Amino acid sequence: MSENITFEKKKHITVLFAGDSGDGMQLTGTQFTNTNALYGNDVSTFPNFPAEIRAPQGTLSGVSGFQLQFGSNEIYTPGDEVDLLVAMNAAGLLSNLHKVKKGGTILVNTSGFDAKNLRLAKSEENPLISGLLNEYRVIEIDITKLTKEALKDTALSTKEAERSKNMFVLGFLYWLYNRKLDATIQFLEEKFAHKPELLEANVKVLKAGYNYGDATNVFTERYEVEKAKLPKGEYRNITGNAATAIGMIAAAHQSGLDLFYGSYPITPASDILHELSKRKNFNVKTFQAEDEIAAVSSAIGASFGGALGVTGSSGPGIALKMEAIGLAIMLELPLVIVNVQRGGPSTGLPTKTEQADLFQAVYGRNGEAPLAVIAAKTPADCFNAVYEAARIAIEHMTPVMILSDGYLANGSEPWRYPKVEHLRPIKPPFAQKSDLSDDVFLPYHRDKKLVRKWAVPGMKGFEHRVGGLEKEAETGNVSYDPENHEKMVKTRQAKVDNIANDIPQQAIETGKESGKVLVLGWGSTFGAIKTAVMECIEEGMDVSQAHLTYLNPLPRNLEDVLNRFEKVLIPEMNNGQLVHIIRDKFLLNAVPLNKIQGVPFAVNEIKEKIKEIY
Amino acid sequence: MSTPVTNTENKIQYTAKDFTSDQEVKWCPGCGDYSILKQVQTILPQIGVPRENIVFISGIGCSSRFPYYMNTYGMHSIHGRAPAFVTGLRIANPELNVWLITGDGDALSIGGNHLIHILRRNVNTNILLFNNEIYGLTKGQYSPTSPEGLKTKSSPYGVVDHPFNPVRLAMGAEATFIARTVDRDPKFLREILLEANNHKGSSFVEIYQNCIVFNDKAFEVYTDKTTKKKEVLMMKHGEPLIFGEDDEKAVVLDGYTPRIVEWEKEGLSKDDLWIHDMFDKYKANILIDFFDDPKTPHHFPRPFGIFYKKERAVYEEMVNKQVEEVKKQFGEGDLQKLLKGEHTWTVE
Repeated sequence: MSENITFEKKKHITVLFAGDSGDGMQLTGTQFTNTNALYGNDVSTFPNFPAEIRAPQGTLSGVSGFQLQFGSNEIYTPGDEVDLLVAMNAAGLLSNLHKVKKGGTILVNTSGFDAKNLRLAKSEENPLISGLLNEYRVIEIDITKLTKEALKDTALSTKEAERSKNMFVLGFLYWLYNRKLDATIQFLEEKFAHKPELLEANVKVLKAGYNYGDATNVFTERYEVEKAKLPKGEYRNITGNAATAIGMIAAAHQSGLDLFYGSYPITPASDILHELSKRKNFNVKTFQAEDEIAAVSSAIGASFGGALGVTGSSGPGIALKMEAIGLAIMLELPLVIVNVQRGGPSTGLPTKTEQADLFQAVYGRNGEAPLAVIAAKTPADCFNAVYEAARIAIEHMTPVMILSDGYLANGSEPWRYPKVEHLRPIKPPFAQKSDLSDDVFLPYHRDKKLVRKWAVPGMKGFEHRVGGLEKEAETGNVSYDPENHEKMVKTRQAKVDNIANDIPQQAIETGKESGKVLVLGWGSTFGAIKTAVMECIEEGMDVSQAHLTYLNPLPRNLEDVLNRFEKVLIPEMNNGQLVHIIRDKFLLNAVPLNKIQGVPFAVNEIKEKIKEIY
Repeated sequence: MSTPVTNTENKIQYTAKDFTSDQEVKWCPGCGDYSILKQVQTILPQIGVPRENIVFISGIGCSSRFPYYMNTYGMHSIHGRAPAFVTGLRIANPELNVWLITGDGDALSIGGNHLIHILRRNVNTNILLFNNEIYGLTKGQYSPTSPEGLKTKSSPYGVVDHPFNPVRLAMGAEATFIARTVDRDPKFLREILLEANNHKGSSFVEIYQNCIVFNDKAFEVYTDKTTKKKEVLMMKHGEPLIFGEDDEKAVVLDGYTPRIVEWEKEGLSKDDLWIHDMFDKYKANILIDFFDDPKTPHHFPRPFGIFYKKERAVYEEMVNKQVEEVKKQFGEGDLQKLLKGEHTWTVE
């Protein structure tokens, strides 16, 4: 081991793994994330991959990336500028070079820069010798060759051996950042439990990568990112989609209902279906329907039968579900709809993130069909959002849509998971004998909150019919009476508006309670906005942040909060949707900041806009 | 309070009136739907299921108003999607007795996808497809079962679409109970409804139903006294396929080829004729294709009754069984353990 290697302390580091979609970059990134999280860092991740399963090898369009920031302070974004880029080939380097901090480090696999790779990456010159990387610190390692070398005594074919090269990178990074190999070895033991030769090979290469750092002088310094000072408690790492699935199970458990999840495969929502279909021992019934419409309809059917009916999809699938969601609004049955938003319109950018379905959620149905809408702000917050959506759906007998997005769904962060006994109880308003008057059940009789009772087939004496035709108040019988229709439209609206009395008031997340600029966001822009506002405050600016969880109805004090600031800036990953709603509701001249590139905001983009309007 | 459980007591004696809701029935006078409603209300007291455990779910169309007229649980859902609502409901509570009411447009056009999937999954429900070969509620456009050449509001020069034979589609989707009946024969309709209800799985019943306003007499040849005996082939399990004015005609099979014979004239005994076997899939397939236009010469008569019946595992029972098996394998889910996950760390 080199004697003269020193440790440099860093508060936070951003690493980007980039390679072919077959190079195992997602797995490498996930393992590196978990190891840092288990060590005690705060982390935030951003997987970014092509829509094609095996996009053309070696090309720019086939690059799969996994970016993460880990730190000893609280981390809210996967990082604006990359400190270390790992490029497995020329395409990985060229498509991500612009993200690397000037003076940052680039670790390249030199085998990925041969004539073929350069041609596929459409690079006339070899960037390793052309001078393109002069402003960076470049570490060249022939990872492919060293991997094969490490496995030369095994029975693996050359091709099989080469596939382990991501483990070399991971081992090397564990050396560089002084992390233990244990968690990854444990993971490999589980993954290759039935393939001992692959387990042995991967562990061998992982160790070879670590030892390579130890034995050579490529780096004269290693980096130390100390444990983060997070709030006390027990933590785990979690992705948005996993948190969404677990949140549903928790809500079903706390309400005493069985969970029914009807879904049709779609990116980036399918992982929720995968996760839930593993959890049948929690009385979870998953139904992979024949299409999106059947998925939502089956969930409504299950709710009619007394289960917690949930459906999940992404924008195009949600569009197909909307008629049935309108029916659920009309029937006044609980239903949770998860929309993991992606780039649109139409098929759009299936694997990229966007927030462009807010209008679809709030307004996207025929007729006057108010829908409660909630948004998750971080991967772990997906748990809270879906739990709250289920609570409102059940206790208010109404459909609720939760908006997640591709960035939250696949991104991960440490989660201080809750204790079951601290979860808010959920009380389904099942009809009781006392709800019968003269042995007659009035299915559309309402309580003070305008909520009707839930009578489920099998309950004797409560037989009734529901349907999509306009219904008479109280009895629920079909009615074409003009006055009744207006009354029912207003009642359904008032019922959803009433939810505002059952949700928290809007709080200021960061900064002072009043002042010059308020940055108002919703959804996954939370981290970037929070970091931008914190940095502006550190620079002495009068800026605050408020972040909306409840998008319909809005918190009842929101107008008051907004009016306490001279200017309101609304950054969104769309062409300006929340800004429209805010202008419409409060006649307030909020300033939009829009990014529609399929990738999240960089902190600097928000800071620049704050400074521009300041 | 937990989810209410299904009442499985079975002691109440019902009459048809107990299944009649207080809502005024609003089909056109003379509509075939009245007869179907009446026969359903008539047989329900015989099936031995408490009223609160019976659910009618429909799509959209004239026939789909049906649940409003039943004093049971009911849902008038959206166009074509009733099979999906039924599937979700049955998965949530497999104890319920669920009837699916649909029409030719609802089931075969906008809802075609859901129909084939509920049949292949074999969800335990009784699917009553009211086939009147026309769109009635939207006032007279041709439907996916309208015969070629039919002049309607949307086909003033005649329909050019080739029609579905609904029972053929059901067989293609591997339905486990396939029958055809007709609104004008109440006794026969009741028999088929009871048989359908007794079958465990998706029971597919096509009911020829007369739309008096937009497609009157579409099935007259099968109901009119003067033509009925010639045109209707009544399929009864274990009995020969005989028809004709004086039961003089019959169907026999020459290899795979069906042939009409005048059996007594040709010196055949009943034993020489095609004996209907509703469990024989190959023969059912041949009968299902007896779908000739009755106006063409030498056509086959139209079969009525149960084409095919087969026992196959019921989807929602398997879904629920799997839940129980997974519980046995891993134990009842522990929510705190799930929240905790596999790798945790503590921040002091």
